[in-house]
Amino acid sequence: MSAHRQTEDNLHYSVSMLEPDDFAFWRHKARQLVQSNIPPERVSWSEAGGCGDLFSGGDTQLPPVPNDAATVRASKRFLSLAKNVVLHTDLERFALLYGLLWRQQSNPRIMEDKTDNDVRRAEELDKAVRRDSHKMHAFVRFRMVELENGEEHYIAWFEPDHHIVRANAGFFKRRFANMHWSILTPRGCIHWDGDSMRESPPARRGDAPCDDPTEDLWRKYYASIFNPARLKVSAMMSEMPKKYWKNLPEASLIPELIANAQKRESQMVAAGEQDFQAKPETLEEVGTAINRCRNCPIGDCATQAVMGEGPKNARLMIIGEQPGDDEDKAGKPFVGPAGQLLDVHLEKSGIDRKDAYVTNAVKHFKFVLKQTARGKIRLHQSPAAKEIDTCRWWVEAERDIVKPKLVLALGASAARVVFGKTVSISQARGKPIPLEDGSELWITAHPSYLLRLEGEARATQTQLFDADLAAVQQRLVQL
Amino acid sequence: MDRLTTIDKLGILADAAKYDASCASSGTAKKNSLGGPKGRGGIGSTEGMGICHAYAPDGRCISLLKILLTNHCIFDCHYCINRKSSNVRRARFTPQEVADLTLSFYRRNYIEGLFLSSGIIKSSNFTMEQMVECARILREEHDFRGYIHLKTIPEADPELVYQAGLLADRISINVELPTDAGLTRLAPDKNARQIEGAMRNVNSDITETKDARKRFKHAPRFAPAGQSTQMIVGADQATDSDIVSKASRLYDGFKLRRVYYSAFSPIPDASAVLPLKRPPLIREHRLYQSDWLMRFYGYQAREVMDAADKDGNLPLDIDPKLAWALKFRETFPLDVNRAPRDRLLRVPGLGVTAVNRIIAARRHKSLRLEDVGKLTVSIAKVRPFICAIDWSPTALTDRADLRNLLAPKQEQLELFAA
Ligand code: SF4
Repeated sequence: MSAHRQTEDNLHYSVSMLEPDDFAFWRHKARQLVQSNIPPERVSWSEAGGCGDLFSGGDTQLPPVPNDAATVRASKRFLSLAKNVVLHTDLERFALLYGLLWRQQSNPRIMEDKTDNDVRRAEELDKAVRRDSHKMHAFVRFRMVELENGEEHYIAWFEPDHHIVRANAGFFKRRFANMHWSILTPRGCIHWDGDSMRESPPARRGDAPCDDPTEDLWRKYYASIFNPARLKVSAMMSEMPKKYWKNLPEASLIPELIANAQKRESQMVAAGEQDFQAKPETLEEVGTAINRCRNCPIGDCATQAVMGEGPKNARLMIIGEQPGDDEDKAGKPFVGPAGQLLDVHLEKSGIDRKDAYVTNAVKHFKFVLKQTARGKIRLHQSPAAKEIDTCRWWVEAERDIVKPKLVLALGASAARVVFGKTVSISQARGKPIPLEDGSELWITAHPSYLLRLEGEARATQTQLFDADLAAVQQRLVQL
Repeated sequence: MDRLTTIDKLGILADAAKYDASCASSGTAKKNSLGGPKGRGGIGSTEGMGICHAYAPDGRCISLLKILLTNHCIFDCHYCINRKSSNVRRARFTPQEVADLTLSFYRRNYIEGLFLSSGIIKSSNFTMEQMVECARILREEHDFRGYIHLKTIPEADPELVYQAGLLADRISINVELPTDAGLTRLAPDKNARQIEGAMRNVNSDITETKDARKRFKHAPRFAPAGQSTQMIVGADQATDSDIVSKASRLYDGFKLRRVYYSAFSPIPDASAVLPLKRPPLIREHRLYQSDWLMRFYGYQAREVMDAADKDGNLPLDIDPKLAWALKFRETFPLDVNRAPRDRLLRVPGLGVTAVNRIIAARRHKSLRLEDVGKLTVSIAKVRPFICAIDWSPTALTDRADLRNLLAPKQEQLELFAA
């Protein structure tokens, strides 16, 4: 060590930062200090406007760097960390960084030791600054004002915790290149006019505009995209702490959204829920349950629900559409004209109706009252898809109990109750459709369709119907 | 319908999108709005990490304007609020309206971009054309360089999906349900083969355009943020094992960037074939954790499935990594001063960061338990599975009640778990 440096052993140096976020200045001074071999305990750092330093011996003039001074070394990790740490508001940050820089000269890998207290402290500060920057990227909310010349100017008010405004100007420039914008903060402001960046002194909240009609749309979006069935307040609070709320237009909605969430969820559930309770396990239970069922509006108009009929262990299940006028009165399936026609064709194909379990896709009769010359009549109405889907619960209960090997669906409604979607009969008929439980579904027309046809059309359709039934009969023998 | 105002439509079409889990706006090519073809620059940037601009009270990040172009649909999927047979209010945006809304939100820094999906109107192709048109207006007419995610209609013409990929950052094609049986039952109009076929096409388009870009600098970009998918959890009988194995096949087969899991949520006007109760949200969380294990911790799908209980579901009270460790105790304890990185990653309570720190720190000194404590969030969970200079868990690792010791104490965690 040179004699010159030894003579200065007792001197304290104080370095005064001109700007709180000026990393280049800090680096320049720190390099000089290391090269002059001045250990951390003999340096004090202060911020512009700060209250000087108690230790400083008065000589703030740093000694000239000796010609033979070694180059100062710092790891990449240290440099990137230090750039951020400088932006923190902690007054100790410059000294902390200098201490680490000093120690790196004898231990170049010190930054890797995450158990070291200084390293950990620096990482904490870095993390706080990165978080603050991240929140600035996220929570700056521009409000648009139209200038006299018709141009749009976007102005935001933001309150950062640390000295991050200047460091983040680039982010906003890269993002909003073709806009004119200003970000006003109590730590200084930045302005972009589409060509160049300008800085100005700190501002007050009142300097920024106080609303923007688009915020109504934004609030609508915020409230609508929230799913009340998934309330997780703590997760929200940890990412969007309350201190930011006052500058976020949507935050005013939060208390109410939370307060009403439970109610909205129960409404959602109630609106979606049907009072099925457990699936019945015997046919008798199904019979009782469907009589009480009001899960769809049809339940209210019929005389009674019509239960399926046939052996509990039938190998064939025949599903029709829904009870008609006669069935509704009798409480039995397929007793009206369509039922009689079905019987005729079943017999023809060799299927014994008594061996089959015969039921309907929808358990109640749906009709409208119509005034005619002979008085009011009940006019049959086809069930809606939604009603079929609702009643599917009961048909599935019947299928679970009877466990037929083959299900024959008569018409589109019946096919939907088994298959879940509306199919085209002409495409789906005449071939088996495998079902989840290993059984198979066959689809054909509904006999009442044949009843409505006349002449040649009726003859063709009847032939097709018979062919379908014959195929089913053949398949039953194989199964 | 046409008399609805923009704000009404926004309410309806955002509400309809709230069941979708995916929100990420990250992992795309770096873009900014300085300079460019029109001289004075465009609008928007993407810098790798997406930004969450707000959080909803459901804890989910809001980074994109996530809406449907329309909630009219000719399909009838039972789990979906927009299915044909549902009685919800319907609305429909024009592509221009969606583009305008995106820009006015973007300019105010509310969002990172647009996530557009749609019910199927008229036909799959017609719908896909409209979605592509939204993206085209944004990109071409407004020089928008922010993030665009398009959820494509798998039934649409591959050429339209290709157009979408040229404009969007990310493409997603939802598989919806983990098993074919579930799909047949709950989404009868959809077809598993078709969905996977569409994924395969997108994957090969991504690979091809990437190759082309290596050779020609100006070859077009195609979905630089890759493709993702979503599965609904708890609407059918599928177990966690079914779900994990499906996810891993999708990751491998189509190089998906992400698989999102969405706990089936009660929907108004639900269909009768759906369960009455929503599955616990924590189940969705466990699936995300298992996803992490596969993507960042080197676990095989097989191993995650090994962590499941006999019924094929992951335990709800403890995380899958701990569940695995408890089942395979013979592989522990590991010496923090010597164990290789991939083994340390198996220690419950040690994340990637903690493991990296341990490896860096042990080059400097031999670690004591206290040192490990400084590098991890909570040493209590880690202790039974490691040795350090001054620590060996001896009998602790083998204690029969270890699970109880380590499981979080309260049931009510369900709602508040991160
Ligand atoms: S038709 Fe079916 S769902 Fe509707 S009330 Fe009757 S039994 Fe219930």
